[in-house]
Amino acid sequence: MIELSALWFWIVSVMVAIYVVMDGFDFGAGVLHLFVAKTNAERRQVLAAIGPLWDGNEVWLLASGGALFLSFPKVLASGFSGFYLAMWLVVWSLMLRGISIEFRSHVQDLLWRSFWDAAFAAASIALPILLGAALGNVLRGVPLDANGYFEMPLFTSFRTTNPVGILDWYTVLVGVFALVAITAHGALFLAWKSEGPVQDRSAALAAKLWTAVAVLWVIVGIGTDAVNPQVWLALPHRPLGWLFTMMALGGLAFVFYGHAQKRYLLAFLGSGTFLLGLLAATAACVYPVMLRSSLDRALDLTALNSSAAPHGLATGLKWWILGFPVAIGYIVLLFRIHRGKASAAGEGEGY
Amino acid sequence: MGDPLFWHRLQFAFTIIFHYLFPQLTMGLALLIVWLKWRGLKTGEPKYDDAARFWIRVFGINFAVGVVTGIPMEFQFGTNWARFSQFAGGVIGQTLGMEGLFAFFLESSCLGLLIWGEKKLGPRRHFYAALALWFGSWLSGYFITATNAFMQHPVGYTVGSNGALQLANFWAFVLNPWALAQYLHVMSAAVVTAAFVMAAVGAYWALKGLHGEQARINLRTGVVAGLVFSVLVAFPTGDQQGKQVAKYQPVALAAMEGRFESGPFAEINLIGQPNVSERKLDNPIRIPGVLSFIAYGSFSKDVKGLNDFPRDQWPTAIVLLYYAFHIMVGLGTLFIALMGLSTLMLWKGRLFTTRSLLWILMLAFPFPYIATTTGWMTAELGRQPWIIYGLMRTAEGSSATVHGGTAAFTLIGFTGLYFVLGLLFVFLVGREIAHGPAPLHNQEVAHD
Ligand code: HDD
Ligand code: HEM
Ligand code: HEM
Repeated sequence: MIELSALWFWIVSVMVAIYVVMDGFDFGAGVLHLFVAKTNAERRQVLAAIGPLWDGNEVWLLASGGALFLSFPKVLASGFSGFYLAMWLVVWSLMLRGISIEFRSHVQDLLWRSFWDAAFAAASIALPILLGAALGNVLRGVPLDANGYFEMPLFTSFRTTNPVGILDWYTVLVGVFALVAITAHGALFLAWKSEGPVQDRSAALAAKLWTAVAVLWVIVGIGTDAVNPQVWLALPHRPLGWLFTMMALGGLAFVFYGHAQKRYLLAFLGSGTFLLGLLAATAACVYPVMLRSSLDRALDLTALNSSAAPHGLATGLKWWILGFPVAIGYIVLLFRIHRGKASAAGEGEGY
Repeated sequence: MGDPLFWHRLQFAFTIIFHYLFPQLTMGLALLIVWLKWRGLKTGEPKYDDAARFWIRVFGINFAVGVVTGIPMEFQFGTNWARFSQFAGGVIGQTLGMEGLFAFFLESSCLGLLIWGEKKLGPRRHFYAALALWFGSWLSGYFITATNAFMQHPVGYTVGSNGALQLANFWAFVLNPWALAQYLHVMSAAVVTAAFVMAAVGAYWALKGLHGEQARINLRTGVVAGLVFSVLVAFPTGDQQGKQVAKYQPVALAAMEGRFESGPFAEINLIGQPNVSERKLDNPIRIPGVLSFIAYGSFSKDVKGLNDFPRDQWPTAIVLLYYAFHIMVGLGTLFIALMGLSTLMLWKGRLFTTRSLLWILMLAFPFPYIATTTGWMTAELGRQPWIIYGLMRTAEGSSATVHGGTAAFTLIGFTGLYFVLGLLFVFLVGREIAHGPAPLHNQEVAHD
């Protein structure tokens, strides 16, 4: 029988990965819209593409947070309080992103709209960097003490040895990789959902961005080996790790193939598969470690030593099995209802 | 900056009070919109759909602010209350997780349909979208109330081998009797807020002589719903809340009423100032027996005073608690009177022409917000010094690794952010009210 804690480790990991794929294209659109959409009508085309979807996408973050809370409360407590200020930067950026999308089109005024466009771009750039750096921290390790808590300065010497800071060369590298990958993902989404000049510009940028993603992936892989050799050492023994790595590679192949054929939906699905595979492979390789201690590996918070009791996990599983397909169903439904190229609503109607 | 606990509490209180300003209108309006759409569907008269359309726009703006202010709430459990989360996450993580999976997805998917789908969906399916959104927002309200109820009155848990709380009985936890009573009271109060807001907009238009038909629909709906739900807020739901507090948190009840001495025929204080250092109530005006009756259903019952409880179990902010509770109950009584009078005038056909009453209705809309805020202050201050009643003290629940200065810093960040957000909200809703209702066919030109 599969351990309940292992199952919940995967539930949380997969939900986080879905969040990255789903909200990732919103971020990507936000990063790109100043470059690919020059006129008001073009901006509104971009907003119309993500407008009905972004809130539901963001709920994946809340839902994965809820899953983490019930299954590994100690990991949530330690991670959130340890990254206190970084967490608030994430939250404030999320808030700014949300209101820029919602408020922009209510008022027809050039200054008002330019302001929200800039805010939308700034928040969308900050978020992937922050989330990527967070992943970098998890891979490198944080100074967990014997109580299972840690505190950390924003940066120290930018080296990955103790005392570590939130930002060092490795976490910044992962942050940059995340920004480029998410932007590339968003470019394919826009190439799929838009038409005219926005589509042309997005597609042209996507080609360059995906080349950068491939190069950076290799660099980050080498960096990870330097910072946390266990990840690569574990890979040969983790069938799931292999599977997901193949999935990521396959996704990448579809990205380039779909892009060359101008079949942007295919390319976009490829990029979603790439991100999903990449994150899942990482999860497979670090399992069971959820928060790595940079001080002493015996202090790691793992799926085994910090999970809630089995009864709670089993109960949660029952309603999760009911709810998860429903949540997936909403995605399918929303994409169906808003199928076809996005077109801006009438002036004043929003987005 | 010395005491981190103070900053954690202030930040949580500030952000939750601000957040809750928006969901209460969401939940209340959702029901009233369903009602308007239903009337439109039944009568086939476009005026009801026009009214619904206006409120759906307000709803959209309000919802957006509710969403962005809700996200920080979710994070604060981990960032500011880490030890509490570690201790209780195995239990309350269940309801918070279910809220995301069952309620938030539903709400976020249906909102777009309600706002932009009227033409695409047709009247019947548009009504269903309204219904689904109402269901989603009230479900959301239940899960979060159940979470709070666990902190007020923990049930369905055991203490695990690692010292943390673990789920023992799912249904006992989800159907916590405290949650059921609290939920009905909170939801009724939310409809009161929406009803007052709707009546206020109707009164404003009526006073300006604008949008005659629409002004009257808003007034009629707001006033009647306002009366029905103001009564429900007081009885049976508020009454039930009082009995519940008397049963499970007697020390909170004593503090809410500023009662120091124990004894039978306990009086309710209409006016008075608690004097904690001398353990008495200054300048009271009181009615004997009523508190006994509210708490236990009999005028002669003994009600305990604070003196009968150890000092370290007293709520920490007795004076604030006392005033918060009295403001809520006082306002609740006034609401029934105001909406009762307005309904009477409506029935006599004089509401739309009685300008003095219209002025009062127009200016009354902030008061339900004050009543709900003071209501939550009553609940949360009454729970002190516990973060989970009887199980964990608030002082033991905060994040040990976050310094006071750091928490103060983020609180300042929130203050600035929410000030701007509040201004934007008022500005955007104000524009909607100034534009007035928009018939379906010229929606495109409705703005500017
Ligand atoms: C329009 C708002 C409103 C109005 C007019 C009232 N309430 Fe209320 N009350 C609330 C809105 C509210 C609330 C915001 O919904 C609270 C906060 C927490 C809760 O459970 O509901 C609350 C809490 C609350 C509590 C505290 C429960 C606890 O300690 O956990 C009691 C005892 C009452 N109410 C009782 C009353 C009574 C007897 C009222 C008589 C008129 C009344 N309320 C009017
Ligand atoms: C239903 C979900 C809610 C939960 C889970 C919750 C939980 C908490 C927690 C963890 C604290 C901090 C610890 C403490 O001081 O006790 C707190 C304090 C507080 N909350 Fe709530 N709360 C909820 C709803 C609300 C709402 C809707 C309001 C007001 C509109 C509110 C008002 C307050 C206030 C005023 C405090 C400060 C009390 C004090 O510091 O003494 N709460 N609550
Ligand atoms: C600590 C307590 C609370 C937390 C953690 C919390 C969390 C959240 C979050 C994350 C959202 C955004 C959902 C989305 O993205 O769609 C939200 C919205 C909402 N919340 Fe809260 N909330 C709290 C208190 C409350 C209370 C006390 C109520 C009502 C009784 C409530 C009712 C709602 C409703 C109806 C929404 C829907 C959107 C809107 O605000 O208009 N919440 N909340």
